[in-house]
Amino acid sequence: MNDGMNQFLQVFFEETEEHLASLELLLLGLDLQQPDPEELNGIFRAAHSIKGSAGMFGFDDLTAVTHELETLLDRIRSGQLALQAEMVDLFLQARDVLMRLLDAHRQQRPDPDVPVSSTVARLRELLDAAPATGEEASFGFFDDAPGTPQAATDDDFGFFDEAPGAPAQAADDGFGFFDDAPGTPAPTVSEAPKAVAPPASPSTSPSTKPSAGEGESSSIRVSVEKIDSLINLVGELVITQAMLGQLGGALDPSLHERIHQALAQLEHNTRDLQESVMSIRMLPISFIFSRFPRLVRDTSARLGKQVELLLQGEHTELDKGVIERLSDPLTHIVRNSIDHGIELPEVRLAAGKPASGTLRLGAFHQGGSIVVQISDDGRGLDRARILAKAREKNLAVHDGMSDAEVWQLIFMPGFSTAEVVTDLSGRGVGMDVVKRNIQAMGGRIEIDSAAGLGTRISIRLPLTLAILDGLIVAVANTHYVIPLTYIVESLQPKAADIRGLGGEEGAVIRVRGEYLPLLSLHDLLGEAAPPLPAEQSIVVILEADGRPFALQVDDLVGQQQVVIKSLEQNFRRIEGIAGATIMGDGSVALILDVDALPGLAQQQGAALHELP
Amino acid sequence: MNSPSVQQGGQPAQEYLTFTLGREEYAIDILRVQEIRGYDQVTAIANSPAFIKGVINLRGAIVPIVDLRIKFNLADVTYDPFTVVIILNIGRRIVGVVVDSVSDVIALSGEEIKPPPEFGASFDTEYLLGLATVAERMLILVDIEKLMTSREMGLVEAAAA
Repeated sequence: MNDGMNQFLQVFFEETEEHLASLELLLLGLDLQQPDPEELNGIFRAAHSIKGSAGMFGFDDLTAVTHELETLLDRIRSGQLALQAEMVDLFLQARDVLMRLLDAHRQQRPDPDVPVSSTVARLRELLDAAPATGEEASFGFFDDAPGTPQAATDDDFGFFDEAPGAPAQAADDGFGFFDDAPGTPAPTVSEAPKAVAPPASPSTSPSTKPSAGEGESSSIRVSVEKIDSLINLVGELVITQAMLGQLGGALDPSLHERIHQALAQLEHNTRDLQESVMSIRMLPISFIFSRFPRLVRDTSARLGKQVELLLQGEHTELDKGVIERLSDPLTHIVRNSIDHGIELPEVRLAAGKPASGTLRLGAFHQGGSIVVQISDDGRGLDRARILAKAREKNLAVHDGMSDAEVWQLIFMPGFSTAEVVTDLSGRGVGMDVVKRNIQAMGGRIEIDSAAGLGTRISIRLPLTLAILDGLIVAVANTHYVIPLTYIVESLQPKAADIRGLGGEEGAVIRVRGEYLPLLSLHDLLGEAAPPLPAEQSIVVILEADGRPFALQVDDLVGQQQVVIKSLEQNFRRIEGIAGATIMGDGSVALILDVDALPGLAQQQGAALHELP
Repeated sequence: MNSPSVQQGGQPAQEYLTFTLGREEYAIDILRVQEIRGYDQVTAIANSPAFIKGVINLRGAIVPIVDLRIKFNLADVTYDPFTVVIILNIGRRIVGVVVDSVSDVIALSGEEIKPPPEFGASFDTEYLLGLATVAERMLILVDIEKLMTSREMGLVEAAAA
């Protein structure tokens, strides 16, 4: 297949995926007793669009399933057939079949296991319950279409290009069109895709509806690489600007007033540019939230539980990279909540709670980070059982541990308190992976839980993976960056507060009555110069994995936002170093991997003791 | 890869960049060379061998700098305004190497390159492509890609090497 055709195919795959997503969303939001005609229209149009474009590309299996789907939906829409719960289930299954077919086509690897014919047959069964109408005409029409795929797809493009200013208007046109002519959904090639193209935006119910639909018609598709290279270039510009600023700062302001003004202007403009470029990568979190209604529905149905899902703050924007990597951990936590957290209806009723449990998914900004919360009103974590399990696994626990410390135990590898291992959760793999994934993004995860009342898991994430707020510290003339999220405080220690331990000088430091392990960045990084006496240096209190420790550095240089650069791109991973950044003077500073520092210190300690 | 060893036997000449390390002259495939620049301030990397000087900012990319003089145990290692760094493009990585000086670019055809003698352990013949004589100078042809990605250089992750 040539490149041009490939490009259209790519568009087809992306659009079909969006249609399938909106189809699913609409199906889940459907009120069985009184289906909203607009929602039914939306579902119909999604199926219809897929059928149309699949026909153009000759994907007969997709066409076959969507044809039945469309026919059924049209009956329901025109009131000839009453909507039933089993239909929605079947429609959702058909959507999954379509998704699998789409994936198979995309990878050009046909999947013979996809139950196409059985799905078609079951859709037909439902259809046979009602009298037939002259629906075949539209199918026959699309069979003719594959000869002119390019023109038709171009029209699709044209539509999106024209629509940006007035998505609602365009969508209304679509409605009008279909309302007038329910029996003949596709009169001409060029109009059919036009009218059905934006199914998501208008017909969405406010409760579950993200802005994705509205954004769709007023947006263009750009590859992520292009945006990333733009972000890189702007990063370079920021560094160059900082260099100019430093050079300009050395000039006498009274003699070079205009240069100073211009530099100030440059700084302002660069910052604006950086902000707007960064915002391109930002997506609303509804991108992942939108998949949860289905997940909750399926999971709770399989477990015989009743769960109501509430979404909050789905317009909160965060970096695309963060969103992609957040999806798996969130899915895992939500499954866990339904499986372990929310009780069976009869148990809930016995406990005086409503039979249906509530699962809340929320996202909001707090300070410079994003907080994603998953809370349920289930049974809560069982402190005694977690402790018992921990003892069984020979973990160091005691009854005096705070709740927060106990809850952290569930993130230990291989830790599961589930009584029954189900196919959903309880295998004890997962929560540790969840935590690792979150930490890899520079995020943190916290648990609140109360027995009988529920559990709340909060994930705190940086806004973006590309920029980090850091504290610049100096060690023997070298600058290092400590991510601000890890820092509790920094202080100038008194000699009396620094104590030895086990024959090792300066091993611990007393901070407000607590003894913290004291690590020296000099030793950790193998600096040739010996560290300054502790009382002449600065100690930064850091927290990694919920455990605080003190890090001794020579000096604090300042706090600034730094652009994260990969060290591995041209080099390799270095233990204790998370990445690199470029400072205002063009030099490279390394970003510390705070989570790895205690481990590094332990290794070095062990190596020292092994020496004769 | 444009390895010259497979081009022996009358193929058109290939160009090499020659540089000196101590009293020896080396030649590397010019297509691997991205640019030549002066030695700038480097940021040292913790707990790494002495020949890895650190990393520099090469127009936004973080590039490791290796001092081949240290790697080859040359006595006289100084850094001054004349110290030269050859920026290499190896695979999809960028690496800088410090050498004593860069001499010139020469073209060598397949038959001008003699196979290396089977010498001892002082320099692993694995990274040698051969020897050539140009105007009474002996050139040591180095497979720079193999050398830089080798385990002993420790520049790439063991799994990737």
